Amino acid sequence: MAWTRKILRVNLTTGTCETEPLNMEWAKKYLGQRGLGTKYLIEEIDPKVDPLSPDNKLIFATGPLTGTCASTAGRYSVITKGALTGAIACSNSGGYFGAELKFAGWDMIIFEGKAKRPVYLSIVDDKAELHSAKDLWGKSVWDTDAALKSIHQEPMMHVAAIGVAGEKGNMYACIVNDLHRAAGRSGVGTVMGSKNLKAVAVRGTQGVSVENFRAFMKATEAGKKTLQENAVTGEGLPAYGTQVLMNVINESGALPTRNFHDVQFESAHDISAEAMAEPRRSDGKPNLLANQACFSCTIACGRISKIDENHFTVVNKPEYWHASGGLEYEAAWALGAATGVKDLEALTYANFICNEQGYDPISFGSTLAAAMDMYEEGILTKKQTGGVELKFGSAEMLTQMAEMTGKCEGFGKQLALGSKRLCEKYGRAELSMSVKGQEFPAYDPRGIQGMGLAYATSNRGACHLRGYTVASEILGIPEKTDPLATDGKAGLVKAFQDATAAVDSAGLCVFTTFAWTLEDIAPQIDAACEGNWTPDTLLESGERIWNMERKFNLDAGFTGKDDSLPKRLLKDAAKTGPAKGLTSGLDKMLPEYYQVRGWNNKGVPTKETLNRLGV
Amino acid sequence: MNITLKLYASLANCLPAEARKNEAVIEIDANASVRDVLNAHNVPFEKCHLILINGVFSPPSSAQQARLNDGDALAVWPPVAGG
Repeated sequence: MAWTRKILRVNLTTGTCETEPLNMEWAKKYLGQRGLGTKYLIEEIDPKVDPLSPDNKLIFATGPLTGTCASTAGRYSVITKGALTGAIACSNSGGYFGAELKFAGWDMIIFEGKAKRPVYLSIVDDKAELHSAKDLWGKSVWDTDAALKSIHQEPMMHVAAIGVAGEKGNMYACIVNDLHRAAGRSGVGTVMGSKNLKAVAVRGTQGVSVENFRAFMKATEAGKKTLQENAVTGEGLPAYGTQVLMNVINESGALPTRNFHDVQFESAHDISAEAMAEPRRSDGKPNLLANQACFSCTIACGRISKIDENHFTVVNKPEYWHASGGLEYEAAWALGAATGVKDLEALTYANFICNEQGYDPISFGSTLAAAMDMYEEGILTKKQTGGVELKFGSAEMLTQMAEMTGKCEGFGKQLALGSKRLCEKYGRAELSMSVKGQEFPAYDPRGIQGMGLAYATSNRGACHLRGYTVASEILGIPEKTDPLATDGKAGLVKAFQDATAAVDSAGLCVFTTFAWTLEDIAPQIDAACEGNWTPDTLLESGERIWNMERKFNLDAGFTGKDDSLPKRLLKDAAKTGPAKGLTSGLDKMLPEYYQVRGWNNKGVPTKETLNRLGV
Repeated sequence: MNITLKLYASLANCLPAEARKNEAVIEIDANASVRDVLNAHNVPFEKCHLILINGVFSPPSSAQQARLNDGDALAVWPPVAGG
């Protein structure tokens, strides 16, 4: 019932918008959002398709709980074949856009083909129309958002848009909704730009129905109580946000620094949650203004920041003096520790630019770090960089490169390639800290061994959100495991991957799992949806989704050899901290992982596994 | 002997006044346990979820027994998470 049972199919080549019924048989196997959107994509495209060709498709998918009053139920995902990776891409975003799409009566939008000229899609309940985006092309995400609300005279409209980065083919362009929430990874915005699609603007006035109202209210109230009473989701995340991890991971010796040369950053404190909350020396005001919640969220981990008006990045630029999306942990790491930059205001400015022009700060920071590595080795010179000194630690250079990458200008055009393509171009592929072409997030696999396996096997390329074993290995959630051990990590990674795939398919935020288990989530889905949803069926659904994604990647040309890590993590030991002397033990974990997954020794799911899961 | 005491997030206000960047070098008795050190600074023990000694996890349940060496870093957080 929580599904609207309606899909909007938009053919950009012909300019048509058509309604079709949702395949309910698939919904009962793949739930929604990540699972169901991926099922549709896989059924409709050739896995070998060029991600930037009109034959690739782009799917915006909500989950069954999206738009309901379940806590955090505002999520949507964008599913496509990733521009950055050539692998399955599924980028998940919060804010309010997903719920609004559901209120308009749609489970999913499938974009196919390519528009001859730039267009945007407007949806007001049942009415969907393509319009010329001639006057929007070239505008930032922020200006596009304002322009669309003005054009449609509808301040309640929610907009998901690409910025100039997506238009100009930055390979890790995002789709940004509600100004600073993003479907951020794998270049989903690049695919959108390749289709000449600038934005989707939605206004919905319909509600979302649930199967059993009383049971749903009871289950969601119980879920909210659990989140509120849990010290992490009730106190830690709202007060400090994800950025509280900066000092935790640094102290644990797993904070990748200067393109993974080091595992601890001497200036970690300067770019941490604690620093964001302290009054600045310059103006006596803190960087952090407030926390902010996405739709229906009772955690509210989002950061709202304001840059010091006298900081060199924004002096005489009043357009950046307003409060906007502040640093989250992964962005602060990539823009800071990865590049060796300790200027919190500069990091905040670079993050603003990423949101404004629509590109992924994780991939950007990591790509810049790889370029700095090549510059310091003498492989890149001022001749190639256009006179810019790419030295680790320069805040001025970081912010200059952020501006240029957002617009794909100068050396920014090369940084927009992503680290894999950039390092290959200069003959140093091994300096790209990536898996399947996607850059690592903020945890060093030498200090958190399970994350090495999670990165190597992630279906969308290196990612922390596909199997966040940091929760167990460092934070002790749900139970503490040794971050330096490899034993038992295969099962741990699989368990996190499968459960996360289910949560990502429901319309919920994965941060709920710091407090909730599938025992808390299943009753909420079961009350909202047809079918029998239990922790076991959810876990099975998650495993099915994981194997379906894997199969797509294998069909696209990936092999078990791509389940690897850069040489630096396998050969160069950590120099300091608890992991001193250790490299990643991926070789010990990977064979066991294949085994617990029911895959053969080349990483291919066996027929028995696929049959058991009905893939 | 001296150790570095590091207290983060909501525990930071238990740090000595001279602390900078959430840490301070403090003098402790050679036989003091982790629990003794935290008690001496009025750190609410029920909020001590993540205790690291030189970056290595030390279970809160063992805080009464855990001992420190000269030059150690004792870092403590309340329940936190991110990602």
